[in-house]
Amino acid sequence: MSLVELHAIYKSFGDVEVLKGIDLTIDEGQVIALIGRSGSGKSTLLRTINGLETIDDGTIMVAGKKIGDKDTDLRDLRLNVGMVFQQFNLFPHYTALENVMLSPQVVKKQSKAEAKVIAEEMLAKVGLADKMLHYPDQLSGGQQQRVAIARALAMKPRVLLCDEVTSALDPELVNEVLAVVRKLAEEGMTLVMVTHEMRFAREVCDKLVFMHQGRIHETGKPEDVFASPKTAELAQFVGGLG
Amino acid sequence: MAYKFDFSTILPYWDMLLHGIVLTTELTVIGAVFGVALGTLGAWARSAKTPVISPIVGIYVELIRNTPFLVQLFFIFFGLPALGVRMGEFEAAVLAMVVNLGAYSTEIIRAGIQSIPRGQIEAAASLAMNRVQIFRYVVILPALKKIWPALSSQIVIVMLGSSVCSQIAAEELTFAANYIQSRNFRAFEVYFVVAGLYLVMSIVLRWLLKKIGNRMFERRRHV
Repeated sequence: MSLVELHAIYKSFGDVEVLKGIDLTIDEGQVIALIGRSGSGKSTLLRTINGLETIDDGTIMVAGKKIGDKDTDLRDLRLNVGMVFQQFNLFPHYTALENVMLSPQVVKKQSKAEAKVIAEEMLAKVGLADKMLHYPDQLSGGQQQRVAIARALAMKPRVLLCDEVTSALDPELVNEVLAVVRKLAEEGMTLVMVTHEMRFAREVCDKLVFMHQGRIHETGKPEDVFASPKTAELAQFVGGLG
Repeated sequence: MAYKFDFSTILPYWDMLLHGIVLTTELTVIGAVFGVALGTLGAWARSAKTPVISPIVGIYVELIRNTPFLVQLFFIFFGLPALGVRMGEFEAAVLAMVVNLGAYSTEIIRAGIQSIPRGQIEAAASLAMNRVQIFRYVVILPALKKIWPALSSQIVIVMLGSSVCSQIAAEELTFAANYIQSRNFRAFEVYFVVAGLYLVMSIVLRWLLKKIGNRMFERRRHV
């Protein structure tokens, strides 16, 4: 049984149909990259997986359970599916440690001591043991993003969604974030990422999903996708990357 | 003959002035606490865009913001008894202030809530928080921080506006002033002194609100 199963997902924003029947399965431990041009629907697809976008039609199953659109369903879903955003979205009035501790305490009703142990562990894992008492505006973009990853991990999700997690970073800060993601992949974390870092996707991912005009145009192992794209669109996309 | 100023004529009435200051302070504190609480709920209801409640809150806000405070006060004190709702001067004055500040602070706090980046709310949602948790832990504090100066000004305005409550014989500071000058006919001295008292109270209130703000929004630890 797959961890996440998407079947015939349709989604429109007004008159614009952005997802035109998406089928995708994500297995436990798989590392998947969604690639494609901007506007191809990758980010929207990722956001549907944890209910930040509602879908017009189709089904989403997570851990064998069908997700409806009730608020409680969505929260059950999100306990299994964590997300990291392009813009970090840390809570500015909390320290790094408090950012990571908040949700385990209020959602999972962990005690402060329990939450703190996990938060410290997660922050150490992303290499920020010495920045725990810093506020977001006292951290660099790369550090903020690593706090955001620790914050998502503290909820012990079974899948982590990464929405262009390095796109808002200065070039010299990209690698520290990618190193953390790579480590998670090596530890067997199930990851779905939208990324423009093609070299990284090639090295880390098990499966690439190429999206084009709201459809999954081609999927395959990274080495096949890059070496011998089957469709003209993917060839053009890969070629265009130089 | 030129007017001879004599401020000592007020002295015999010092206890009335003190009583007025106490009552004005009480009106302001109760009005501010419940008014801001009402405004917070109103702001939440308006920004949550719930089908029935949001429009009702919208009507309430526009009704209060587009009618005079004095008329609102008279309606509560003189009008409502027709429906069998009777209350004393103090209760009516407090209610009028709460309702009035509630409407203005609904709009002010709503602006604060709208200034919270959407991404913050999405991040909280993706951490499986429900709507109440998101509001309580992620939205309200940064929102209040953004609009605290505006909200503080509105609370001072409401305190000064409480002088209107003298018109229903609530024995606050302006009521005391009216009473004293009707006895000693020293309008200049009385209103001069009372204006000074309001000025001092405003300055103290602003200072206090600033301290409360600092306390609420301070960083617990600088690194």
